[in-house]
Amino acid sequence: MAERDVVRLGGGQGFWGDDLEAPIRLVEGGPLDYLMLDYLAEVTMSILRKQRSRDPSAGYARDFVTLMGRIWPTCVERGIRVVANAGGVNPQGCADALEEAGQEAGVSGRATIGLVRGDDLMPHLDELLHSGHELSHLETGAPLSSIADRVKSANAYLGVTPVVEALGLGADVVVTGRVADPALAAAALIHRHGWSMDDHDRMAAAALAGHIVECGAQSTGGNCMAEWWSIPRLDIAGFPVVEVESSGAFTVTKHPGSGGRVDRASVTEQIVYEIGNPHRVVTPDVVADFTTIRLTDQGGDRVRLEGIVGAPPTESYKVSVAYSAGWMAAGTLLYTWPDAMQKARAADAQLRRRFERLELKLDAVHTELVGWNAAHGPLSGPPPAEAPEVQLRVAVRSTDRASVERFSREMAPLVLTGPPSVTAYAGGRAKVQEVIAYWPALIRKDVVDPHVRVEVRPV
Amino acid sequence: MRRVPLVQLAHARSGDKGDSANIGVIAYDEESYNIIRQEITSDRVKRHFGSWVAGAVERYELPNLWALNFVLRGALDGGGTVSLRSDAQGKVLSAALLRMEIEVPDALAEGTEGRGRVPGGWTPEER
Repeated sequence: MAERDVVRLGGGQGFWGDDLEAPIRLVEGGPLDYLMLDYLAEVTMSILRKQRSRDPSAGYARDFVTLMGRIWPTCVERGIRVVANAGGVNPQGCADALEEAGQEAGVSGRATIGLVRGDDLMPHLDELLHSGHELSHLETGAPLSSIADRVKSANAYLGVTPVVEALGLGADVVVTGRVADPALAAAALIHRHGWSMDDHDRMAAAALAGHIVECGAQSTGGNCMAEWWSIPRLDIAGFPVVEVESSGAFTVTKHPGSGGRVDRASVTEQIVYEIGNPHRVVTPDVVADFTTIRLTDQGGDRVRLEGIVGAPPTESYKVSVAYSAGWMAAGTLLYTWPDAMQKARAADAQLRRRFERLELKLDAVHTELVGWNAAHGPLSGPPPAEAPEVQLRVAVRSTDRASVERFSREMAPLVLTGPPSVTAYAGGRAKVQEVIAYWPALIRKDVVDPHVRVEVRPV
Repeated sequence: MRRVPLVQLAHARSGDKGDSANIGVIAYDEESYNIIRQEITSDRVKRHFGSWVAGAVERYELPNLWALNFVLRGALDGGGTVSLRSDAQGKVLSAALLRMEIEVPDALAEGTEGRGRVPGGWTPEER
């Protein structure tokens, strides 16, 4: 195969908060054509919206701007183009900050920024609801109107089309708001290989490649169960690189000399990550059948994936609506030997009697004994007979803020008035947080598409 | 035949989607895949998790990857941002499933003994 037929694409961030140096290692550590960066978990959008309500120029992933300031000259030198959903709820603000960062980094006249907008449905939400788009909850079927007054953000997961357009217009760095995570990567492959959107098998291959790289090191040995103890040097983990051929077949690998491991186990764990029916993995651009993937572990940190079959996409985009659903808080205390478990359970019982006495209106109270049953709940078996220590963790949730506030003042008194040998209360009161719940829905693409805007500007 | 923990036959990864979680279970080899395909029904997974999972369990096969995928409805006490659990996003439901005991031929039990667990004498410095 001719070298020019292979497109190399790396995934440099799996979420906002991921390894800050990983994208630097990707652009400096080996050959790369495209760098994809995913900053937006579900919860991120509502956090960003909160930030923007305090400061209209905020609402995007600032880490991305800092990162580009650092890597942009290298990207320009090596011809690496970047696609990132760092725009959050303010892609325009992100692009403005990026322009400044580019000028400071000295890439003026040598780089352009692509901006994709239109995923934000908040400006049109009332109009949509009034014109008969119910945005019903995908699982419960309830209409969005039942919580419309508590909505914090509403975004459609856009597909590859506007990103492909931005790349086609020559953008070197494309900033988006909410775009389906795999589509960020898929768009680069579709642009570079000139694939047709009607070529469903190649669309499926592009979506799969995006799915593999979108969670960073989770495909290259991070969070991998198979012989995890032998996976080398995750402190300098090589983030995933896919080498994608024009046929759609591709190889998952990582840069030479980097840490981590790419093998059947690491790649398969990522393939099955957060999927439902594997016959119908739905992205905005294709319905991919993951049971048709042929996987070959070639050794040397190279896994080849080919053969995936795709079907035409659906008529809808997925919409993620974030809404306020009350208040929550969690507090912890550490109990020690002897009888650590019994002490923690006695403290929990004491606490619950207090809740009753104070007539707290709590919708849910959840107790964990960390060191025994926090992670696996009732599957944890009997408590350890002689635990050296156990952490009591109590969490509550309520639509009544005052009750949650009062709960947050009820843990600390246990230090002087509860069972003995207790410590680690220095963290202070349990922090009361607003509960932001998610409302998954669908919306017809032809309703959203007219609002989608693509522009490209010089730095 | 002998009972062995599933962790000896397969590895797994789990994640969230709303209030549902999925667990992809990946057999280490074809023989183990054929056994877990027979043994791990959706009913059995539902019983395994008991009160920890409120809703139904769906099961899918990916023979091309020696994998099964389970979708657990109502698995997260309301979903990632609502749940009061430490594991609000179901990240360790994968390990919880690997506690399940599976009946296997003696030869496979012996041949896979200790797999999935850190070898004796291992220290973190070895990484």
